[in-house]
This record gives sequence, C-alpha cells and structure tokens, in this order.
Amino acid sequence: MTNMAATRDGYGQALLELASNPKVVVLEADLGKSTKSLHFRKAHPERTVSCGIGEQNMLLVGAGLAASGYIPFASTFAIFTERAFEQMRNGVARPNLAVHVCGSHGGTHTGTDGSSAQSIEDLAIYRTLPNVIVMHPSDIVSTKILTMQLAETGSPSYTRTARNKTPVLYEGRENEIKIGKGIVLKEGADVAIVACGVMVSQSIEAAEALAAEGINATVVDMHTLKPLDGALIDRLVASCGAIVTAEDHNVIGGLGGAVAEYMTSNTYAPLERVGVQDRFGESGQADEMLEVMQISTPYIAEAAKRAIARKG
Amino acid sequence: MVHRAQAGHPGGSLSEIDLMAALYQTTLRVRPEEPDWDDRDRFILSKGHASPGMYAILAEMGFISVEDLESYRVLGGICQGHVDMKWCPGVDFSAGSLGMGLSFGMGSAIAGRLEGSERQIYVMLGDGEIQEGSVWEAAMAAAHHELGNLNVILDRNRIQNDDFCEAQMRMFDIPAKWKAFGWNVKEIDGHNMEEIVDGLGFLKNTNDGPSILIAHTVKGHGVSFMADNPAFHGAAPNDEQYAQAMAELGEVVA
Repeated sequence: MTNMAATRDGYGQALLELASNPKVVVLEADLGKSTKSLHFRKAHPERTVSCGIGEQNMLLVGAGLAASGYIPFASTFAIFTERAFEQMRNGVARPNLAVHVCGSHGGTHTGTDGSSAQSIEDLAIYRTLPNVIVMHPSDIVSTKILTMQLAETGSPSYTRTARNKTPVLYEGRENEIKIGKGIVLKEGADVAIVACGVMVSQSIEAAEALAAEGINATVVDMHTLKPLDGALIDRLVASCGAIVTAEDHNVIGGLGGAVAEYMTSNTYAPLERVGVQDRFGESGQADEMLEVMQISTPYIAEAAKRAIARKG
Repeated sequence: MVHRAQAGHPGGSLSEIDLMAALYQTTLRVRPEEPDWDDRDRFILSKGHASPGMYAILAEMGFISVEDLESYRVLGGICQGHVDMKWCPGVDFSAGSLGMGLSFGMGSAIAGRLEGSERQIYVMLGDGEIQEGSVWEAAMAAAHHELGNLNVILDRNRIQNDDFCEAQMRMFDIPAKWKAFGWNVKEIDGHNMEEIVDGLGFLKNTNDGPSILIAHTVKGHGVSFMADNPAFHGAAPNDEQYAQAMAELGEVVA
C-alpha cells in the first residue's frame, strides 16, 4: 500500500524547518489552515504576518521585507495569487526580490470547490516573468526539500502545491531532489513521459500499463518548470525519440508549453501534450476531475502511443 | 530634465518638491556616501512617475551628480522614467505602477520592527493614486499591525492624468477615510515650509500607529502656466515654455 500525503503539508513542514533561520518570515492571507503555514504561525507568531484577505498587499509586503534582508514565504490558494499578478511582476520579479509565493489548491485536482478555484493557468503566467523560479512538486517529500532549497536561491519563486493527497515517492531519496533538475523515476527506451505535480504518479501508472503491452516508457518528474532542465530533455529525445508531457494545467503555457518551446529551438522529437484542453472545470472529486479533463492514466498511455506512432 | 527628454511628469514633481526637500533636509536619516546603509530611514516614492522631483533632490543631496540628471529617460541612464532601486543610488523602491508603495513600505516597516530598529519609513502617495484599491488593503493592514514607524505623505494636488480628481473620481472626505482605517491624520499646506516641518515632526513622533500627513499642494507649483493645469500632469514644456518656467522658478538657463 502506497503512503499518501498532500504536498501542501510538505510546504508546512519546510517552513517549520526553515524557522531556525531568523530571517525567514511567513505571510498569510487568511488561508494558513489550508496552505499549512499555520504550523509556523503557531510556533513563531512574531514572524508571521497576517495580511487579511488582501493578496495584492501581501506580495508587496513580502517585497518590502525582502528588500530589508528578510526571506518571506507568502501563501494562499493558487487562484488568488493571480489577482496579484502585477504586484508579482512589477514589485517582486522586476526588482528581483526573493519573495517565495506558494499557491496551494492548484489545478482541477483541487476538486469540489469547482472551476473558480481550479487554477489551470498559474504555471503559465508565472513562467512568463523574468527572474522567477516556477515549480510544481509531486509529493510531500520533494515539496519539503524544494521549499527549503528556495531559501538559499536569492530569487523570487512561485510553487504550486495541491490540496489532495498523492503517493509519497521520495521517502529516503531526499538527496536526489534539486531545484532545476528533473528526476528520472523509471527508464524505458520507447517514449519519455515528462510530468509535474499530481500527474507524476498518474504517469507512473501509465508506464506500468504500457509495460503490460510491451511498451517501455521513461517517466520523469519535472518539478521545476523554470529554469527547465533542458539537458535532460535533450537526453530523453536522444534515448526515447518521443515525448509526452502530463500536467493538471492548461496545455497552453505550462509544462507542455515549456518543453515544446525548448525543443523548437534545440532538439526535435514528436511531442504529445496531456493537459487541460483550454477549458474550465467544474465541481467533482479529484479523481473524477482527472477523468473529466481527460488527463488520467489511460489518456497518458494513449498519448504515449500516439507519440511513438509519430516517430520518423 | 522633462524638457530635455521631451517626456515626463512636471506637474506632480513641482507639487511634491517642497515636501521632499523638507523631508530630506530636516528629517530623513540617510547617508549619501553610503546609500545602502542598512539602518537608514526609507523613502518610498510610490507616485514614481514624479521622478524628476526626486532625482533633483537626490542630486542636491549628493546621492547622484547633477550630470546624472541628463540621463533621465535616456537608454542606460540611472534616472529611469520611473524611480528604480536597481538603477539609481538612494532609491529604495522600484515604482511605476500606482498603488504599490504603501504595501512595500508596510513590509519595510515590519522588517524595521523585527530588527528592533529605530528607522522610520516614509511613503509618498499621490491623491489620484489612492483610487487604487490595494492602497486600502495596505492601509487596513498597517493599522491592524500598529506600525508606528510607517508614515505617509499624501500629495493632495487635486489633479490626475486625464483631469481634476473631482471629475475623474470624487474621493469625498479623505481625512475621514484614513481616520476610519485607524490612522493618525494631520493636514497641512504643502507649500508652507513651517507647516511642512511641523507636519514631518508629527509623522516622526506619532508612533502608536501609522500616520498620514495630507499635504494640500498645487500641481505645477511655481510655474504660472503649469499651476493647477491638468495639461501638465504628463507633458513636457516646449523651448519657449521651458525658458519661461525656469525664469519664474528663478533658475538661470545655460
């Protein structure tokens, strides 16, 4: 039985570990119970700033703190970070102030809250900002490790976490996790499935289904969308000759977009993008949403076959 | 600067300049020879389009040279169109979009408090600027956190880009609004030096919560054809107007 845990809890654990650095401060917008910053608040109320339900203000409070030598971590739902996009652009990214934004409850996987809460564009919009690191980790362990590494980067960042539990993949493998480095979870020569977030475990299942049909797939956890691990993409193109991307995000501008942009200028292989087909979601359970959005395991396997069929 | 660049914002620079001159001369703890001094007071020009006013002060104070002023809006110049902390010594905030400086100032004020520093944070807002909703997010949050080291100077020049504020968006009782948000409020004539110095003392010495000095000013102050004229919010004078303006301001044009 696979252990299950939510990536947002990895974020909460990381903040607690980071608290030993007195420069780390936490900003909340009335969702600390949900994003899991509440543990930090309980332990270090003097370094936790409630910004009320005011995300635009929160990001710039972070900028002011960062400009004064602090390391602010600000969290809210992924969708609510978006209303502060211009603050992120002009007040954080442009002066390159290391404010770390965590958007929890991202993607259609967030479920029954419905389409207004299901951010399917967050990764795309933050990827367009110079200086900003963009990540969407797949499990609780990698979320914790990557969040802790952010404090050392000196760069602003956006990290999407998920509300619902996903399989724990990296227990005892903490040393393999590094910002900007994709992780090869499974090796196979026929096709490479490059996934992020909740879609990583779906992709592992897809690879197992493909193996039963005699198709060998590589599976990569591309937790960092920016900077993208281009060297790994090059290697996958050379070794597999066909690529599938899988994300709980619009097919426009997210991981699929990032890989397509990279391959256009560097190397070529047939690419199939599994993701939300440029439409909004609805209320439903997490697993139901992956079906409705046609991004669950069978759809990844089908995309893999299409990519293989397109090989020259 | 604005004449040379044939672009920029002279009106708001002239309305704010007396306030800024008094702030830098009498109140602000800064070191021009060490602009990044960690414990300096912070001055955040949120109405960053009124940058010529601030550049003039920075040159007067010795943060930058008078020659640097020629780089205003010029490629590679330290005097960017809107004040920018990454380009110009003495600038604490990268401005440009309205409504952002007060939030940034709140973060700076929290940092000062966490460090146990005596430093004060001064944010200059425009009156049109407070139409931005996020200003009020910051106003509410700063009062909630009782940030006595956070101070606002509101340049109440009554004119915004397109027209008089009264025509664009009436703001009704501005002092009452800030009071209702939990701020200490004082109103002054923003061109009367005695009142300005008194008002700056009020900001510095009122520390039971955030404070705002509402300074009634005249946009384009000191130049007859610019004064109280919405046309000179964001327009450069021509050669003839420039000569007249400088004569009225008592400056010798080379």
